[in-house]
Parts: sequence; C-alpha cells; structure tokens
Amino acid sequence: MLTKRIIPCLDIKDGRTVKGINFVDIRDAGDPVELGAAYAAQGADELVFLDISATNENRKTFASLVKEIATHVNIPFTVGGGITSISDVAPLLEAGADKVSINSASVKDPDLIDDLAKAFGSQFVVLAIDARKVGNQWIVHTHGGTQPTDKKLFSWAKEGQSRGAGEILFTSMDHDGTRQGFAVDPLAKLHELLSIPVIASGGAGNMQHFLEAFIMGKADAALAASLFHFGELKISDLKKYLQNNGVPVRV
Amino acid sequence: MIAVIKYNAGNIRSVAFALERLSIEFTVTDHPEEIQKADKVIFPGVGEASSTMKYLQDNKLDRVIKELKQPVLGICLGMQLLCSFSEENNTTCLGIFDQHVKLFKPVKKEKVPHMGWNSLTLTNGWIDIDVNEQYVYFVHSYYVPVNTNTSAITEYILPFSSAMKKDNFYAVQFHPEKSSTIGEKVLQSFLNKS
Repeated sequence: MLTKRIIPCLDIKDGRTVKGINFVDIRDAGDPVELGAAYAAQGADELVFLDISATNENRKTFASLVKEIATHVNIPFTVGGGITSISDVAPLLEAGADKVSINSASVKDPDLIDDLAKAFGSQFVVLAIDARKVGNQWIVHTHGGTQPTDKKLFSWAKEGQSRGAGEILFTSMDHDGTRQGFAVDPLAKLHELLSIPVIASGGAGNMQHFLEAFIMGKADAALAASLFHFGELKISDLKKYLQNNGVPVRV
Repeated sequence: MIAVIKYNAGNIRSVAFALERLSIEFTVTDHPEEIQKADKVIFPGVGEASSTMKYLQDNKLDRVIKELKQPVLGICLGMQLLCSFSEENNTTCLGIFDQHVKLFKPVKKEKVPHMGWNSLTLTNGWIDIDVNEQYVYFVHSYYVPVNTNTSAITEYILPFSSAMKKDNFYAVQFHPEKSSTIGEKVLQSFLNKS
C-alpha cells in the first residue's frame, strides 16, 4: 500500500543548517549533510533543503552542498529557495537533487512551471504555495509570506497542476509557526481539486496534528521543521503513532 | 567492472552515488565495447519512453543491450524499455520481456504518477531482503502487468510487477538508488548474481 510521507524541512544559510540544534545523536547539527543522513536513518521518507540565503554567490555553495547531500543521503530530496529560471535548476539536478521547489518566481512568471516540467519532467517540479486567509479567500503570498498577490490558493494550485507541476507544497501562513495544527480544511479541498500529491506544511505541533492532516486533510505527505530539529518529536515515534491510528506509513 | 549505461536518463547520477555508497567500482559509459565486456550492466532510466528509445537506437545501444549475456539490471524506465511495447507514445521497446507497459488509470481518485514508498511482495527469489523490510520508493505513471517473469508485486490501483527476471535480465520498477538501506540490499542482490 502506498504510504503517507513524513518530510523534515531544513533551512540552509551559507551552507549551514539554521535552527538545527538539540540533536543528541549527531556531532554537528549545523551540517546539512549529517543532519539529512540522520533524518534518513530515523525513517524520514524524503527531505527538503531550502536555501534561505539564495544570492548568486551562495548558489554555487548550495550546488556543491547538494552534491554532498546526494552522495551521502539514500532517500529522495527536494531543494529550493530563490529559483527563478531553468539555469538555476540545471546545476541542482546535475548535482543530484531529485526535485526542485519553486515559489515566488512562478507567481511572477507562471511559464517557469511549464518550462521546468518540459525540460526535466513533472516529477522534478514541486510548486510551493504560501497562502493566508483574508476574509473568505485563501490569498497566495510570496517572499516568505510577506507579499500578497492577486492569486487565490485553489485556482493557482489547479493552474500549477495543468502547467505541469508534479506536487503541491501548501503552507498556510496562518498556521506556520503556531504549532496549533495544519490547515486541514484547505488541504481537503486541494485533495478534491487536484490529481497530483499535496504536501501539508505549517502548524505541526504534535503527533495528532499529522494524523489530522492525513485523515481529515487527505494530505499525501506532511512537512515540519522545528518540531523535528529541536528533537521534540522523533520520526520513529510519529510513525508508530500514525500506524497505530490506521495511517499507512513506512516503518 | 560494472557498466552503467550512459544515455539521456535522469537518474544516472543517483545510481552512481548509490554504487559509491556501496563501495562498488563502476564506469558510466555509452561505448558498446565497454558495455559488452563489463561483468554486469545497469540500465537506469527516468524520462519518456519514445525519445529514450530513439536515443538508444541513434547510438546503436538498442542492439547492444538486447544481446548482452551478463547480468543486466533495468531500473524504472529501464525496466519498461526492456519490455516489448509501451503505451507511452506507443513505443516499440527492446522486447526482452514480452509485455506491454500500460498507463495507470485511476478508479477512485488515486493520483498518477504513483509516487512515494510502497511495499513489495516477493514472488520469486532474486531479491534478498527480509519479508518485514519491504518499502521502496516509486515514481512512475506506467506499469508492467503481473506476468510469469514477475519477481515482486506491488499494489497501486491494481497489482503490478515491481520486479521481474528473465534469464540474465533483472528489472525493478522502483528506485533502489533512492530506497534507503533496502534499496542498497536490492542493488547488492543484483550485484551478487553471476
């Protein structure tokens, strides 16, 4: 049976993991390669590495980091952060990334999705959407959720799918950082609307939140960062809990 | 020496990294002679069937692959291209396995591609893994039906062939190079063949 995926997300700045502290079983929690390998060993199904310092100079550092990750990590991983063109993506795939995530640049230039899907295949393209609820509408925001756009979550996700995105990574800015649970209702609606997988992001605070994202939100995968990085929740414990509650997971 | 066939496939680098992790010596090559004289050959693949077949034909690799006598492992699209025909752009393939590769048709909102970790049920034994460690990573929209050459079955929408074997040809639909320690054992299972 196809299992639900648990995905730790690592923010990278100048080649180092941000927020990665408090990990007891590894020597250097700031080392993305070691942290990624540790997550893989704990049972993570995929990893996401976001380059939050994405400047041109840092991009080269990031590509060589991606190669290190690909050498040492034996599960699939996605890289993203500041990608604006095919020429940004090629070196990352060349270095061994399995997927890339695109966000702000695709809102400004939606053809980027088509171009990447044509050049590398839909399975390489993860469309990340940050949205928050304004009145009754889920409004897409860019630049780390700071800038509202004229796009709405559901129509933009659908458009992304038809342009060739292989997955949608939906972050609710209203839930992100609150640790009060994932945005279950829009997740369920995305599941109804789309025929590509949806990754839930933003709001994970405990194991029950993951269960809700999978059962009520019908998400295919769930992503979290600090909850895992601070060692508050072990992936192996989370997976046992999900399995005991009837969610198919890889254990 | 292990030869990894070099062509326009997306996962050659990942396969190479996985072999490095296993400390296996290998070469990535599209030279017919180098492929022919290798002890074992890995035929990776991520991409589209018709353009990949055309590339193989243009580089005369189609005949080279078909005539190999040493153990050959097809991975993902590599496995599909070892079949006789693919529905993906109605492509005539290499014909080692007398099977038609079919497109998944969702029946109750299942998503296509089949992407993520799914389990194997082994049906004949070239893959040496324990029955309780069975999850491997898949990304594919087309599948090979269960047949007499099937070595492992996976269920998604319907039961399909997740691994096959015929004579010296081995094949897996999943990505052992991305399937954690189990994938490494699958690769090792193949590398142990002679």
